[in-house]
Amino acid sequence: MNQVYDIYKKLEERNVLLSFKGMITSELLTTILSIMESKMDHIDENPKVKKKVFNILVECLQNLYHHIDQDDVVYIPAEERSALLMIAKTGDSYNITTGNYMKAQDVPVLKEKLDLVNSMDKEELKAYYKQVLSEGNMSSKGTAGLGMIDIARKSGEKLEYDFLTINDKTSFFSLTVKIVE
Amino acid sequence: MENLILEGSAKTPTVKFDAGNGVLELKGRSIPENSIEFYKPLNDWIEAYGASPKPNTIVEVKLEYFNTSSSKCILDLFKQLEKLNSGNTEVKVNWYFEEDDEDMEEAGEDYRAIIDLPFKMIEVEEI
Repeated sequence: MNQVYDIYKKLEERNVLLSFKGMITSELLTTILSIMESKMDHIDENPKVKKKVFNILVECLQNLYHHIDQDDVVYIPAEERSALLMIAKTGDSYNITTGNYMKAQDVPVLKEKLDLVNSMDKEELKAYYKQVLSEGNMSSKGTAGLGMIDIARKSGEKLEYDFLTINDKTSFFSLTVKIVE
Repeated sequence: MENLILEGSAKTPTVKFDAGNGVLELKGRSIPENSIEFYKPLNDWIEAYGASPKPNTIVEVKLEYFNTSSSKCILDLFKQLEKLNSGNTEVKVNWYFEEDDEDMEEAGEDYRAIIDLPFKMIEVEEI
């Protein structure tokens, strides 16, 4: 069996516009954003949808980037430093999917945050965003703890996520964000 | 004092802070991975400007996109300007957003709710 064809078919079935698996660097972020912008320009995407996709993509990519950009990165095996990104378009909706390894011990905190965000309606998300924006502190990496709230707010859909246990120390986190036209 | 002029890039906005007329403009997109580095010189400039500001300071925010890392830095800029407002200058913010861009309009409203400065929401066809 041709394995390349297999991968190709899988990507086609999912209507994947763009996919990437590997290290997420600052340069790569710029490139992916620029490719997606020109792809959406090319198909004359509604400016409102284009902005939402772009915005959410920025936050998703920067989540991956900051996740990898940690002090203890040297202790993480090389394959665990890479991440997956897929952008698909089916009918009237864009799906942005990310996948990355993370420390198993950090799973409960992230899960709690995702569940909280998913339990909120539009107005509650707005209030929560403002609260974290005005009260929260910024990390030295420049993260403000607002990423998931902003993604949920702009998407207007529930965040789909999963944690897969790899071993005692490592889990694989996957997230799908929908943008409906 | 010197004006602060920074050329925009794929991830950072064009900055035109003019000490001569008191107009501080941010334009374009602000999506750096770590915005602290980018915004620090802006904070420093505003601090220096605060020593002898124009009687009227106009902040022109014409952002097309900004990420959550920038949102915190933008809040800090507004907080700095809020302090100046009680001193020798009257600070006003003009928040521009493109037609139908509810997200940017809401972002402006979020700041307006947090910051004690007059915000004027200005809808334009294109930024």
